[in-house]
Amino acid sequence: MSAAPMTLPRARRRGPRALAGRHPVGVLMVLPFLAYVGVVYAYPFGYAVWMALHDYFFTAPGAEVAQPFTGLSTFRTVFSDGALWSSLGHLGVFLALSLPLTLVVSLALALALRGSRLRGLLSALFYLPYASSSVAVICAWIALLSGDGVLSGLLGGAAPEPSWLVNSGWAMPVIALFVSWKMMGFHILTYLAALQNVPGELYEAATVDGAGRWRTLWTVTVPGVRPATTLIVVLSLVTSANLFTEPYLLTGSGGPDGASSTPLLLIYQKGVEQSHPGQAAAIGIVLTVVVVLVSLVAGTLMERGER
Amino acid sequence: MNSVTTRVRGVPETAERGASLPRAGKAAATGAAGPRERRGAARLLLGTAAVVLVFPFLYMVLLSLQRTSDLGPGGLLPRPGNLTFDNYAAMARAIDVWHALGNSLVFTAGAVLATVVIGLPAGYALARLSFRGRAVTFTVLLSILVVPFVLLMIPMYVITVRDFRLADSYLGMVLPYAVNPLAVYLFRQFFRRLPAEVFEAARLDGASETRTLWRVAVPLARPAILSAVLVTCIVPWNEFLWPFLVAKNASMQPMAVGLAGFVSTLRYQGLANGFGVMMAGAVVLVLPVIVLVAVFLRWFVQVDLGSGSKG
Repeated sequence: MSAAPMTLPRARRRGPRALAGRHPVGVLMVLPFLAYVGVVYAYPFGYAVWMALHDYFFTAPGAEVAQPFTGLSTFRTVFSDGALWSSLGHLGVFLALSLPLTLVVSLALALALRGSRLRGLLSALFYLPYASSSVAVICAWIALLSGDGVLSGLLGGAAPEPSWLVNSGWAMPVIALFVSWKMMGFHILTYLAALQNVPGELYEAATVDGAGRWRTLWTVTVPGVRPATTLIVVLSLVTSANLFTEPYLLTGSGGPDGASSTPLLLIYQKGVEQSHPGQAAAIGIVLTVVVVLVSLVAGTLMERGER
Repeated sequence: MNSVTTRVRGVPETAERGASLPRAGKAAATGAAGPRERRGAARLLLGTAAVVLVFPFLYMVLLSLQRTSDLGPGGLLPRPGNLTFDNYAAMARAIDVWHALGNSLVFTAGAVLATVVIGLPAGYALARLSFRGRAVTFTVLLSILVVPFVLLMIPMYVITVRDFRLADSYLGMVLPYAVNPLAVYLFRQFFRRLPAEVFEAARLDGASETRTLWRVAVPLARPAILSAVLVTCIVPWNEFLWPFLVAKNASMQPMAVGLAGFVSTLRYQGLANGFGVMMAGAVVLVLPVIVLVAVFLRWFVQVDLGSGSKG
């Protein structure tokens, strides 16, 4: 962790060094970054807590209106609301479908890509969905999955009725499929990088031991890329908490009839469309705490894997 | 100094990758039982994946050029009589495209500029300086690396619009994107990998820490800066939710917001070829990104190598 070169311990001194460490200028260098975190994360978080604990409502700028303290009643309202639980259930469906799909397919493609002469070109192609705007690629998927689109056309009578995006059984699986598709390139490159760090000797040892292809995969490759797998799982969890554009545009505001609503869409609907900013803030607080905890664990794992 | 510079610049890209590539190659060779059939299976897999991942883009372009939309499998073969650029003209009437693209550009440039100006010194300090609060700052960086600020979008919206009076402004749009945490992390990783001697030499010459940053670290960091600019610029360019909240005035909306507005009201527009127009907008929005990926793929890939996925 300590990358700065070590020097001999010095006698204690007064002045900035005693207060700020050996390189006080470092404090100045990270100050703008910390100010940014303060304005964009800490202050909104504190404000969210205030909003959730008071009877908060939007007022005209400058207007002074009493917004009485209401304690935890907003949290109670939010947690007893079926909408929050069903949106969390949708994230469960999302993860149950997208995680196995993402992990298996991206590892298989990374392995295939490793030996390919077209690796550069294919990496670029695979990376395109990840680098592209969700709004733009959703346009293509709306057409693709519409009733008279290519997919239903190819499947003929086997296509679901009503069609994919307006079918409550298919809306969430379609979002899981879309996000897996969009993130696939990133995950393939993550695995590709991780594969380069699996020591070649392990493969040689496996060959000497007479291990077959599948056995080598399970005993050498899969354990060897475990840090990347951790990263992908954590990023998928964060992605699920961040789902908005997909339910908003692809399935039309979490439709049909709320079948693909997500917590972030709920925050938007409560806060902007239904004017319950306090409830929106309360949901945001809960999600943020969960995601921060997950990310701290992830950060520790990533740093550990690095050494 | 010059030879040191060259060697150092190679650290994150050539030296490290070069060292691991032969190993990976050997592993692939030794792990291959039945090499021919295995390679055939790999090719089939890669080919299928390429089709699946790229098809929506081809479909998008194809539909954008159709005079009357044919969404089904039959429409995949372009018919000369049905080809037109009219959808692009119609899209330019439906969305104020030049304005929207200009807004996207300002939004993106603002985020990139602020990220480099604020993030580079922070990354340097986290990597090479010892000061009180460094560990805490790094923990903060790791947590915001993955926490989407939009979870707190409602209070953030109130603060931006009420407290800062930044509704319908570029500043309000850029604010949450002013520092891309991944870029700061990349800077830190880059500076950490530079050999200590480079900085020791500057210190022995009596250079101050700020001078070392600008005269030694920044010139060496050009590849890291390019990587950071690339990862940073695709985020605001593609972003929808936050600018959608802040920019209510159509003249301030970036292209992604304009297109999303068009999509969500598509069925009410009564346009002759709504799908074609929508696809024309999508093509305009993704084209700059496609060009960027094609030109700079190596740097994008390098980002993933350095961004903590190393096992």
